[in-house]
Amino acid sequence: MLAKRIIPCLDVRNGKVVKGVNFEGVKDVGDPVACAYAYNLQGADEIVFYDITASYEGRGVMLDVVRETAKKVFVPLTVGGGIKTVDEIREALRAGADKVSVNSQAVQNPQLIKDGADAFGCQCICVGVDAKKIGENRWTVYINGARVDMHLDLIDWAKQCEQLGAGEICLNSINTDGVRGGFDLPMLKAICNAVQIPVIASGGAGKLSDFADAFLETGCSAALAASLFHFQELTVQQVKADCRAKGIPMRCAI
Amino acid sequence: MIAIIDYGTGNIFSVKNALDFLEIPGKLTADPEEIQKADALILPGVGAFPSAMEMLRESGLVEVIQEQSQKKPFLGICLGMQLLFEKGYEFEACDGLGLIPGSVEKIIAPGLVIPHMGWNALKMQNPCPILAGLPEESYVYFVHSYQAVVPDKYLSAYVEYGTAKIPAMVTDGKTVFGAQFHPEKSGEVGLQILRNFAAQCERKDSI
Repeated sequence: MLAKRIIPCLDVRNGKVVKGVNFEGVKDVGDPVACAYAYNLQGADEIVFYDITASYEGRGVMLDVVRETAKKVFVPLTVGGGIKTVDEIREALRAGADKVSVNSQAVQNPQLIKDGADAFGCQCICVGVDAKKIGENRWTVYINGARVDMHLDLIDWAKQCEQLGAGEICLNSINTDGVRGGFDLPMLKAICNAVQIPVIASGGAGKLSDFADAFLETGCSAALAASLFHFQELTVQQVKADCRAKGIPMRCAI
Repeated sequence: MIAIIDYGTGNIFSVKNALDFLEIPGKLTADPEEIQKADALILPGVGAFPSAMEMLRESGLVEVIQEQSQKKPFLGICLGMQLLFEKGYEFEACDGLGLIPGSVEKIIAPGLVIPHMGWNALKMQNPCPILAGLPEESYVYFVHSYQAVVPDKYLSAYVEYGTAKIPAMVTDGKTVFGAQFHPEKSGEVGLQILRNFAAQCERKDSI
């Protein structure tokens, strides 16, 4: 049976983890390579690096981080943040990323999804979507770090992403992000019903049971969290143990 | 030395990274001479069946792979595993390398997410040296929308996806092996699989 995935996300600025905390055994708390390795030992099913610099210099440093991580962490790695062109996707993949996550750039230039999928395969194009509720079962897509409303219907956009060749959608709810009251289950349900590709739940995890709730209540394939894992309020093991106890298939690391 | 056949597709660096980590000598190459000299071969691959076969043909590698795969341990990974079969039906019917009887067809899993992406648990079918030491239900990482359709005698392990039985590891029973999953992205289990594969060439050396 296919396991549901637990994905820690590392926010990186100029090669340093933004919300660095003291992982056991990790001396440099800001070192993303060391943090990724620690998550790997915890049993993370994938690791996402999110480049919040999105500057040219920052990109080079980010690729070095991926390159170093890929030498000792053998689970899928995703890179996101500011990727605008097929060449930038290629650079990330050549550095050792298995997937890239495109967000605002894909909304402004949907062709990027198609060109990326045509060149490297659907499996490596994950579309990150930030969305906000505007009515009963209606949501609109935002870009630029959830600052700009594109007045684009979320369900239409998700379907378009799938048609263009996206391999996966990482769905971040602006309503629940940072609130720590759980993932946005109605939004997740709506998107899982609208597309056949895997959907990753993002934004809102605040406690142990939030992960199992997302898997039990919606068709999502994976759940992503950043600060919850950064601040070591929960470990990947704890989340997996809780899900497993509730009958959700989880990978055993060894 | 294991030659990782580089014919312009996929993230072949991860395979090299995994071999480096295991301190197994490996080399990315598209040179038929290097492929002939190598102790073992890995054929990686991500993308579509017809375009990958086209790239192999253009690189003049089809014959050398067909010949060398009978003489030394050979491991196809993901699309590289699918290419081992006689025919693929992704977009269009296309001849494969024909090293193992069978074909490659779209996954039929009603109501389930496609691609089949993520970690799934191996069910062992026939003993296989590449899977030595791995317990039943070992998790490995998959990402694909097409699957092999292969007689059980060539099937070492499979995974269940809804009602679909997806071949995970296949072999001709001699030198040719194929993994639908990515051992280079399957954590400790995947590293063990690569170690087992490398041990195949040592066995050959000692003969």
